[in-house]
Amino acid sequence: MPRSRLAFWIFLAPVLTWLLLLIVLPHLDLLTMSFRGENDYGDMVWTGRNYLNFFTEPIYWLTFVRTALYAVVTTAITFVLAMPVAFYISKLARRRLQGALMIFILLPFWVSELVRIYGWMILLRESGVLNFFLVKLGVLNRPVEMLYNDATMIMGLVYTSMLFMVVPLVSVMDSLDDSLIEAAHDLGAGKLAIWRTIIIPHCKPGITSGAIVVFMLTLGNYLTPNLMGGKNSLWFTEQIYNQFIASFNWNQGSAFGFLLLVLSSLIIWAGLKLSGQKLGEVAS
Amino acid sequence: MIRSLPRSKTYDWSFNAFIILYFVFLFAPLVVTCVLAFNNSDFPSLPWQGFSLDWFVADGPDRVGLFHDAQNLRSIVTSFETAFFVSILSVVVGTCASFLFEKEEFRFKGLLYMLMLAPLVIPGVILGISQLLAANTAGTFVDETFGVDIPFFRPSFWLVVLGQFSFITTFVTLVVSARLRKFDPALEEAALNLGATHFGVIRHVTLKFLRPAIVGAGAVAFLMSFENFNTTLFLVGSEPTLPINLYLQVRDGSTPVINAVSLMLIVGTSLLALINFYFTRKTD
Repeated sequence: MPRSRLAFWIFLAPVLTWLLLLIVLPHLDLLTMSFRGENDYGDMVWTGRNYLNFFTEPIYWLTFVRTALYAVVTTAITFVLAMPVAFYISKLARRRLQGALMIFILLPFWVSELVRIYGWMILLRESGVLNFFLVKLGVLNRPVEMLYNDATMIMGLVYTSMLFMVVPLVSVMDSLDDSLIEAAHDLGAGKLAIWRTIIIPHCKPGITSGAIVVFMLTLGNYLTPNLMGGKNSLWFTEQIYNQFIASFNWNQGSAFGFLLLVLSSLIIWAGLKLSGQKLGEVAS
Repeated sequence: MIRSLPRSKTYDWSFNAFIILYFVFLFAPLVVTCVLAFNNSDFPSLPWQGFSLDWFVADGPDRVGLFHDAQNLRSIVTSFETAFFVSILSVVVGTCASFLFEKEEFRFKGLLYMLMLAPLVIPGVILGISQLLAANTAGTFVDETFGVDIPFFRPSFWLVVLGQFSFITTFVTLVVSARLRKFDPALEEAALNLGATHFGVIRHVTLKFLRPAIVGAGAVAFLMSFENFNTTLFLVGSEPTLPINLYLQVRDGSTPVINAVSLMLIVGTSLLALINFYFTRKTD
């Protein structure tokens, strides 16, 4: 149908304002800030020192690598846990139960991440609920501090991003025709063969989109590593926060921020390329 | 294997057990938080000291319940105000964006679409710091050129609104676009042939059709804004939102008032999420 130019501009103007003012310009600013710094006289000059600092200070790049590796581990664990859950919901549960289970899966994630992490803290800390019961039951002699270590932190990260793996997996599994599995079974295929040749290949798009979202959310998470990880479990977003808020070194912080942005974009891009998908498809 | 195929008892049992454990894992922190909000103890931990509503209604001096806790109450109000403005803004702009991308053809559409999707892959922390940088640059610029100091450009309420708006709009756009794709353009043509104006058509036909998606997207935007932490962290000024305020309290040692706040949050978001489910159900 023919459209007026006016309508086009009415749609375009707010969208363009949003994208230019709040997405493009701020990130260009981030990039320029990261190349600025003070020289010995306190004047602002162009410099690559912020990036140089990153590579020469082991604590910075080690944290960076650590964050990336832990994000990969978290994504893998989330996938392993989510796969059977998704399979159960779409292929095993009684039809009437399916809807209820989906609602139950979604509900906790609408509650603020902070509240969920706080819940884990009450459960796991030395004076926490779990310790109370373990001591009562005689499993432990005295309470053990279960918070503030890497394993707990990863569990927290898995917990906070679980949903973003389960939902795409359920939706791809729903679209898998049961009769394919039945046929394979009738022809004598074992469980392993069915998973390897039918279920997993069919679920690939869901796996990729889930993995990308979980990876990105974990990489950029601040709250969970900060509250559940100990003093030693440094997370790269904490470094960024420290540069910005504690040291007030915005130029260094910008460089860190830009590096994190590059890393997350690169890995997402690689994930999309490897699985032959487009961002738009993954998103919707 | 699946519903229609014969399965062994052990398979069924172990699968059911796994699913039950998974849901325990999912809900344990929330349940514990809620229960301990009613514990008559000064710390959010066991043993159970008896039922008490102190953490909601106590009026000092030893205990200050949520309803008398000015700081927490104010942050709840701030969160409501923020979420209100964010959802209005993002629904308006997001709807414009979905009209733009679904119904218009123009140069650089692909590029603009990629930009619209960008917030999906930008970690929240990075969005926060780049927004902070851009606002600071703009503030400095205005100050140096015109000699006026505008408080808006410093971390403030409106900066939080803009920061959250910048990525929540993307989600609104995706939800509304999905619905718009199902729209039959013949309806618009019919209305036009019957003499309706372009804007009359959009108002009475297209927007009516989109209403469930718009309401649903608005609810999602509201919840996302209400629970956002990562982006808000860098933009927040003297009026903290609820997640930021809770974070500061959890970090510095917790009292059961936090449990009381969490309980309200859990109940509130669950209700809103259920309403949202109801609306999206009706859409399909």
